[in-house]
Amino acid sequence: MEAPIPEAILWDDWHAVAELETVRQWDQITTTLFGRDLTVTDAAPGVRIAYADGSKTLPASIKYGLVWTCLGTPQRDVIDFPESAEPDRYVISTGSFGIRVSGLRLVENFLDIAHFPYVHTGYLGVESSPQVLPYTVRVTDEDEILVTDCRFLQPQSSPVSTGSLDVGYLFHVLRPYTVLLKKTNAVEPDRSDTIVLFVQPVDEERCVGHTLVMSLHAGDPDEACRWFQRLIIGQDRRILENQRPRRLPLDLKSELPVRADLASITYRRWLLDHGVRYGAIAP
Amino acid sequence: MIELYDYELSSDAYKARLLLALLGVAWTQRYVEYYPRRQHRAPEFLALSPRGELPVIVDDGTIVDDAQNVLVHLASRHDPTGRWYPQNDAGLTSQVSTWLAFAAALTPTASAARLHDGLLYHHIDVDEARRGAHEQLAVLDEHLWFNEDAGWSWLCTVDQPTIADIACFPDVILAEEGGIELRTYPAIRRWTDRVKAIPGFIAMPGIFPA
Repeated sequence: MEAPIPEAILWDDWHAVAELETVRQWDQITTTLFGRDLTVTDAAPGVRIAYADGSKTLPASIKYGLVWTCLGTPQRDVIDFPESAEPDRYVISTGSFGIRVSGLRLVENFLDIAHFPYVHTGYLGVESSPQVLPYTVRVTDEDEILVTDCRFLQPQSSPVSTGSLDVGYLFHVLRPYTVLLKKTNAVEPDRSDTIVLFVQPVDEERCVGHTLVMSLHAGDPDEACRWFQRLIIGQDRRILENQRPRRLPLDLKSELPVRADLASITYRRWLLDHGVRYGAIAP
Repeated sequence: MIELYDYELSSDAYKARLLLALLGVAWTQRYVEYYPRRQHRAPEFLALSPRGELPVIVDDGTIVDDAQNVLVHLASRHDPTGRWYPQNDAGLTSQVSTWLAFAAALTPTASAARLHDGLLYHHIDVDEARRGAHEQLAVLDEHLWFNEDAGWSWLCTVDQPTIADIACFPDVILAEEGGIELRTYPAIRRWTDRVKAIPGFIAMPGIFPA
């Protein structure tokens, strides 16, 4: 049976489907997007992407060390981050990880500060200090979600931090499967690092998270950045894979929210308003 | 000082870290980026260990590779009590060997399924890997059930854990990351809880401490 076609806002967008380095290593890899098997073939300097059954060649793009494709008709470009051009920033792909849960749930987890002290104890939070201070959430004129005024005490906020830091956070949902955070740099506290999560919806209940770090030159080599992101995702995976249902419920009454869940509630409502139902449970 | 060639998401490397922690032995990390760089197949690492697999330890000049062999080495050299690798009872030593071999056999099954699902090792036949893992887990569950029935808490008929338990634990507890559900193996679940309760136990990403 043919996999369902998702809403146009998802279908006609670009999605990261592989790390470029992995494609170069293996010459060809297979992956799945919206339930459709694809092959990604090394064709240096580019890549070739097609349905695995050979029925159709797809548009391909390379950006941020990731390979991108669109199964529908692209309505906009692969997302652009102005800070990626700043000369003193690393822009590195920090790994791609398969997780057995709806991609929407992975985005929601990324927005959730309240789990830091429990799931990321010793790194992004401490159990003795679990309270989430009030923060601000709004939908911008560009129709994106912006979460500001978050502060959180973190024992090891990044691979280069040397002690506890009162870390300022900003979260930004740019597209249904694209979310970033900016957090205080551990070495230069007046500037911030950007971490982006691009979610590849494998199907409605499985996804791949592709992570990108745009970090200040502060002595952290690529390897340390990748190590840190892998550690954090490795800790999240077990929690995410045990969430039921695997799809994200959009009925705001189906789970009991508290004040700290405001970002998540706004995301669910925003998905609802944009008609996103793929990987979700409609109210 | 023991040097451990290590990668934090490697279940085999975790076996070595876990036993080192339980023995209270100090070590230093030599980091090998398994994914995405595949440094375990780079010339520098192959010069150390031609098999190209983690973990490897260098202990006072002795190079030891193979996860199970690393456990044998560490317990033989660094456990003055001799309890982790009992060698003065041939029957018991033989039981340990059996379960070390069982642990190694989880690599192409449970461990491979986890690499497929988590680290996107697309070339692995994941259905075959999961099928093989379930066959092995059924054997393990039955063995543990009969052991419990006879009053034994561990893989071997001895009243304390051995390196057999340390060798089998990681790929079993992490199997769910490869889509292999453990809920139908109750004796395995009780045993993994007991392993987590061993004094000095440490976890890794994907494993919750007790």
